[in-house]
Amino acid sequence: MENLILIFISTILINNLVLSYFLGICPFLGVSGKMESALGMGMAVTFVMTLATSISWLIYYLVLERFGLLFLEYIVFILVIASLVQIVEMFIRKYSANLYQSLGIYLPLITSNCAILGVALFMVVKDYSFLEAVIFGFSGGLGFSLVLVVMAGIREELKFADIPKVFKGAPLTLITAGILALIFMGFSGLGGG
Amino acid sequence: MKKQQILKGFWEQNPIFRQLLGMCPTLAVTTTAENGLAMGLAVIFVLFFSELAVTSIKKIVPHQVRIAVYTVIIATFVTIVDIFLKAQFPQISKNLGPYVPLIIVNCIILGRCEAFASKNKLSNSLLDALGMGAGFCWGLLVLGSIRELLGAGNIFGFKLMPAGFNPLVVMILPAGAFLVLGFLVALMNRVEQWKT
Repeated sequence: MENLILIFISTILINNLVLSYFLGICPFLGVSGKMESALGMGMAVTFVMTLATSISWLIYYLVLERFGLLFLEYIVFILVIASLVQIVEMFIRKYSANLYQSLGIYLPLITSNCAILGVALFMVVKDYSFLEAVIFGFSGGLGFSLVLVVMAGIREELKFADIPKVFKGAPLTLITAGILALIFMGFSGLGGG
Repeated sequence: MKKQQILKGFWEQNPIFRQLLGMCPTLAVTTTAENGLAMGLAVIFVLFFSELAVTSIKKIVPHQVRIAVYTVIIATFVTIVDIFLKAQFPQISKNLGPYVPLIIVNCIILGRCEAFASKNKLSNSLLDALGMGAGFCWGLLVLGSIRELLGAGNIFGFKLMPAGFNPLVVMILPAGAFLVLGFLVALMNRVEQWKT
């Protein structure tokens, strides 16, 4: 149990997917301009990431490893993610119009979000048990959402700042992310490292 | 036309500095010049053969499933690179870790397959792959060299800074990656301003 809590906290704050593993940078730079879209994207990613990690774990250990098919790992993972996104999209569209309105446009973008595949791969590298993997996926999504929302808040304020022209747009966003990463380094003492 | 095809990836449409594509590997593995170069070469290989495959089968792939087909093609070549690195360069493979398989979702590769290779003939697609790949590679090399120089005082493991130099460890840490890239992109914008 302690182990699970440790994974939960460290994945959100210390080993944050965006700020320390550089996963999901594209959506991080792309949709962090507005608070509303940041929230939508964050929720969609958390949802898909939790599911994708669980299913990838089951397939990896119950099918691929048992039958000696580990060389298919990457192809299988990416197919799991792509089909999962498709199924989730169809499911939401049918059963919850509200949820579809808020998450719908972000779902197709998720397939190419490296954070999802990244979490599945790191889960294998870190040799997690099933429960640990599920927590890892869920907290990874939460950590991603947290940084995305914080970033959106900062960027909404920065719109009114008077900055040199060459720094407008991407450079400023990257440097802000750098400073944010420095701040998050402050968490690294939590939970005994 | 041919020359332009290659050159555009170097500067005008440089994947890293102008288009900001493929950011995860760019930022994650450029702690040293060597790692940056290795990742760059791996991407050139995958990009070249994926564009070759995509442009060869563009007429027989149904439009609706093309993205899935491209992704499987890319994943296949990435698996080849990964197995090759593990066998021949175990140390580099260990340094790059899961960022090798993450080339699959590198947006440059899927982006060039969809935007270029699926619409152009074979020779142009191959030139496009080489140009874009080389542009990506030199970007990684520059980023890796700057971070290694400032963070450890070396480039490719050779000591370059004077003895009294105190390494800025933050440059090798994640925060340094964002900062260096941010300033490099700003520098590129400045150069573009001079040109006009």
